Amino acid sequence: MHNTRNYTWRKLVDRLMRGATVAATGCAIIPLLAIIIYVMTLGAAALSPQFFTDVYQSPEASSTPDTTTGEPAAEFNPDDPFAGIGIEEGSGDTPATSAEAEAAIYAAGPKGGVLHGILGTLVITGVGLLFALPIGIFAGIYLSEYRHERFATIVRFCSDVLSGAPSIVAGVVIYVAVVTQVKQFSAVAGSLALALLMVPVITRTTEEMLKLVPESMREAARGLGAPTWYSSFTVVIPAALPGIVTGVMLAFARGAGETAPLILTVLGSNVISMDLFEPMAALPLLTYRYTESPYPGENTLAWGAAFVLMMLVLVMNILVRVATRRRGGASR
Amino acid sequence: MTAMYLSQLTPFYGSRQAVKPVDMHIRANTVTAIIGPSGCGKSTVLRCLNRMHETIQGAYATGSVRLGDADIYAPDTDPTLIRRQVGMVFQQPVALRTRNIYENVAVGLRLQGMNRKADLDAAVETALRQATLWDEVKDVLSKSGMALSGGQQQRLAIARALATNPSVLLLDEPASALDPIATASIEELVTQLKKEITIVIVTHSMQQAARISDETAVFMVDTSAGDAIGELVEMGDTTQIFTQPADARTESYISGKVG
Repeated sequence: MHNTRNYTWRKLVDRLMRGATVAATGCAIIPLLAIIIYVMTLGAAALSPQFFTDVYQSPEASSTPDTTTGEPAAEFNPDDPFAGIGIEEGSGDTPATSAEAEAAIYAAGPKGGVLHGILGTLVITGVGLLFALPIGIFAGIYLSEYRHERFATIVRFCSDVLSGAPSIVAGVVIYVAVVTQVKQFSAVAGSLALALLMVPVITRTTEEMLKLVPESMREAARGLGAPTWYSSFTVVIPAALPGIVTGVMLAFARGAGETAPLILTVLGSNVISMDLFEPMAALPLLTYRYTESPYPGENTLAWGAAFVLMMLVLVMNILVRVATRRRGGASR
Repeated sequence: MTAMYLSQLTPFYGSRQAVKPVDMHIRANTVTAIIGPSGCGKSTVLRCLNRMHETIQGAYATGSVRLGDADIYAPDTDPTLIRRQVGMVFQQPVALRTRNIYENVAVGLRLQGMNRKADLDAAVETALRQATLWDEVKDVLSKSGMALSGGQQQRLAIARALATNPSVLLLDEPASALDPIATASIEELVTQLKKEITIVIVTHSMQQAARISDETAVFMVDTSAGDAIGELVEMGDTTQIFTQPADARTESYISGKVG
């Protein structure tokens, strides 16, 4: 017998529940969209050809600034390690200027670009990935293919703790373990700090992706007399590769966006530096410093830097998606 | 001639004994069917024959299994080498996802160190012909194995197992995921293959056992001691098992009263 009242009630509940899930999804998406739109609108104002080709220019400098000298490379001072970074406001060496000139400086639009930041972020994060990649991938393989061992349980737990650790902790650890030891802020120290944050991301995604490969595949390889490592590398990992690559990209995106660990390790720079053992610029650091700046022009640059950082991560993700999809499609 | 001889073979899962000690002769160039109801340990015993059983966490077996003159459970035996002599095909057809049809068959040969293209080509063709798949795939060898039908994938898995020239082939319910036509082609294949190789097949289909096997081993679940435990009830000529079973439990099982 068809119970009409019951039926109507069930339809109503279904609608309500679906409405609730849609509303919750909307609530989750609104902040995301707001951030993207806000950064895009404000960041677009900073975009110009020279934004991508130029490096830092002091707002106080004349119209043709001598960018080759830039700021002197910061010397490490154990008593005041952050001297020269410019975080401490009111650097007293600002030459006294007339009120009109000062007003003109404040009114001027953004000057210079963030090329040094773009290159720095790519180098620091890239080198960090080089450190994190082999460790993360191999640890992920271990956790998946030898998952029952007691040691694997311990590693899995530690990895989860590490992935939940605040990023500043990675910065402090490398600051104490590396920077204060060699008495030098350096890009490679930043890479190490980022690697600490990337390893657990790569480890867990690799593990999860390998676990998705059907057990029957492993059995088939084992049934041929393949040792575990052989079946891992020739059968299981190739089958999970698109997912692993996605995990690596997630790790890169996480590393590229980190600011706190870099403040304590790479310090920042106003010129293009490719020396891994010297301080280097990075987009998150530029965003941080320009946002703090009293000059509206530099504030605009901050939005621009944030926008470029966002686009960098977005474009990389899309490229990887396309690349792995083509791979998957060809084998189907 | 005896290809394999199981002596007091007793599989365990952790502390739980799965099957009572099994003694069994498997004659060379015959098809031996293992039948019985769910949980009787028939797949477990099969997996002991190439030491696949112990790849399950906590699983092990006691007793001995002779393959030719050697005990595959001797302490200094490398199980991976045993698995190259005793091939195995599983219930679910498995085409290795990232490999084309050719490489799906060649993988075991490469594992054994065969690298010369001409050798590989010849061995792959031989194996695919033995598995009666050659005519269907000879023009699409570079295509993904995933593109094949279920029955073709299962024959591909058989070709992969045959490529390394094993002396015994274990089939674990190879047709239970297939439709009747694909099943018939697998059965036909098994009947042909026994000229060259010894076959042990686990099946839950008594008709299938009757159709293709020379000898049949019947396993049952014994619950009299509380915990369910599998046991070998009887083994003998297939025709005799299906017409004049010696054990009353076999009779009620094959006549459909239990299991």
